[in-house]
Amino acid sequence: MSDAPLLRLRALEQVFDTKKGPVAAVGGVDLEVKAGKVLCLVGESGCGKTTTARAAAGITRPTAGAVEFRGKSLTDMTPGEKTAYRRAVQYIHQDPYAALNPTRTVASTLTAGLKRHGLVKNRTEARAKAAELLTLVDLTPPESYLDSYPHQLSGGQRQRVNVARSLAMNPELLICDESTSMLDVSIRVSLLNTLGRLRDDLDVGFLFITHDLAVAKYFAWDGEIAVMYLGKVVEHGPTPEVIGNPQHPYTKALIGAVCEPDPDLARANRSSEQLRSAEIPSLTDLPAGCAFHPRCPAFEPGVCDSTEPALEGTGAAGGRRRVACHIVARDQRRESVQHAQSRDDRTLVLDPNKSPGAAWSA
Amino acid sequence: MTDPILSVRDLAIAYRTGRKESVTAVSGVDLDLYEGQSLALVGESGCGKTTLGLGLLRLLPGLGEITSGSLTYRRKDGTRADLLKMKKEQLRRFRWGEAAMVFQGAMNAFNPVIKIGDHFADTLRDHAENGKRWTKAAVEARAGELLETVRLDPDRVLQSYPHELSGGMKQRALIALAIALDPQVLVLDEPTTALDLLTQRSIVQQLHELRKKFGFTMVFITHDLGLAAELADRVATMYAGRIIETGSARDIFYTPKHPYTAGLINAVMPVKGERPALESIPGYPPSLKAMPDGCAFNPRCAFATEECKRERVPLELLAERPLAMGHSVACVHHDQVRLQRKQKENANV
Repeated sequence: MSDAPLLRLRALEQVFDTKKGPVAAVGGVDLEVKAGKVLCLVGESGCGKTTTARAAAGITRPTAGAVEFRGKSLTDMTPGEKTAYRRAVQYIHQDPYAALNPTRTVASTLTAGLKRHGLVKNRTEARAKAAELLTLVDLTPPESYLDSYPHQLSGGQRQRVNVARSLAMNPELLICDESTSMLDVSIRVSLLNTLGRLRDDLDVGFLFITHDLAVAKYFAWDGEIAVMYLGKVVEHGPTPEVIGNPQHPYTKALIGAVCEPDPDLARANRSSEQLRSAEIPSLTDLPAGCAFHPRCPAFEPGVCDSTEPALEGTGAAGGRRRVACHIVARDQRRESVQHAQSRDDRTLVLDPNKSPGAAWSA
Repeated sequence: MTDPILSVRDLAIAYRTGRKESVTAVSGVDLDLYEGQSLALVGESGCGKTTLGLGLLRLLPGLGEITSGSLTYRRKDGTRADLLKMKKEQLRRFRWGEAAMVFQGAMNAFNPVIKIGDHFADTLRDHAENGKRWTKAAVEARAGELLETVRLDPDRVLQSYPHELSGGMKQRALIALAIALDPQVLVLDEPTTALDLLTQRSIVQQLHELRKKFGFTMVFITHDLGLAAELADRVATMYAGRIIETGSARDIFYTPKHPYTAGLINAVMPVKGERPALESIPGYPPSLKAMPDGCAFNPRCAFATEECKRERVPLELLAERPLAMGHSVACVHHDQVRLQRKQKENANV
């Protein structure tokens, strides 16, 4: 298996024109999803998660930047390639109630795509394939679901039908937009476990969108998390690193704000750091410099409100860790200077002949 | 004081579904609520928690009715009030002044064509005691004071229409409005659902502060166990219209005794610490129209025996403590139930 990304977003921008002026819902996002891996986008409402996902799914055309699938930009694809891309990338929506046509039976919903793309020869085969798909998402025995209408199913069962429908196309990439947020806890875990099995067994890549950090942690443990704020990625890296050792003040605030299902922990957590403001700025009137500065507890005047911080590698986790924060970057530089100096001192002791400047350039 | 502020006995609530048909959404609920306590009603969708919450104030929508049981409050003046015997006007006086409700979905709870300030004025004037006159200045003073306690700017908010406020601001304004008449009991239905994480946190902190300041008794309904751990002194788990376990927050989260409660706790994802392997509860909750015989949880339960299919056991008190902080469970196999992971260990890290 090659390590080339399945999906690559290059400087993706999506600006919507509104009466109040242009709204940059997504302002320059660079991300990758690899086969069999999960990239989780987390953030609060209005941060651009869904807009990013819709652009990645080819539902909207980005105003700048590119979406590449298997190294090829969507805009350069021939109609044939575009059809293949549409088949390979499937979207699972948030609301399992709205996503299914209420007048179609489960079998009809599941076989529509198969017939459209000519993946089955006849009705019998289509029905057999639909039954197979239902088994794959743990709706067994399939016979008791095939002729049901959506209103006869519970929310969890409906979302499984949605997953089955997306699997009918043998997708390489699943884009899940808050696909588990409307489900109850017990049902959510079982759906996530099902999706995890698909990832491991069928090597499906996931662009997984959620506002729930616990879900992100559970599902993307071997993958990556990108935290978005007002249209930009502010922190990105391997999940255990981002959750266990957040660097960006916004990520820290998010993790600190989670209500843990543990009364003692909750009590201990009560004095957690306060943000300077509870309100999210409007996308039509973004603050200068770092967009988080009006709320940031680490805010420093003159630094944070003058220029926008770039999403830079921190050097941790083999260069896979990126943070967009002036303060973190500055501390990092200081640390590396101190580190270099301490190394310098050691070099001096061990090898007094060696030039002390050598370590600086290292 | 040792007698409860609210006593619920054998409460049943049904919804009419046809001329002679109805489904029972809540049954056999016994509950005692003591002054200053905060009780979380937790459970999954359709378990009857919102119905019970509405029932506590007799606020059920048209087709819902309380079919049996009793609801007794202790008023501010110490007298007892049987909510089910109250006439319409008495009930109207009782609500908001003695017990108030914060409805689910802050987005839609305000009238969109009325300013926030007028919501306060209407409420204060309509529920005014014995001809008390609420002048414009008095309303503004009281509303301003309430809004400031929830950290909102009164000058701006009172002049705003609901759509001019963010979801978090609306929820805070709604809580301020609910406590405008200094009720003893506040019922909140999913107070943080549909709000962003950081906004949820600020609502939680504000509820802590308000409870400290006003000392009201709180019942809140939630599907979010994290919120229950954060805010509740006591937790009651509901399944298929019944309370199946109740205890202190620590009882429920560290030593749940009902297989369903344990299943819920096992399915909750923590953010801090290691990533545990989680297990779901097999199957789906039963339909209200086709309740299984015996214990309603038996088709999904790993411990179920023939006995469970035959009869349903009532809540049994396991540990008695003062102020109804006892741990009760409705399961014959409660001594076999264990949590898969030990949460206590995480808690001490």
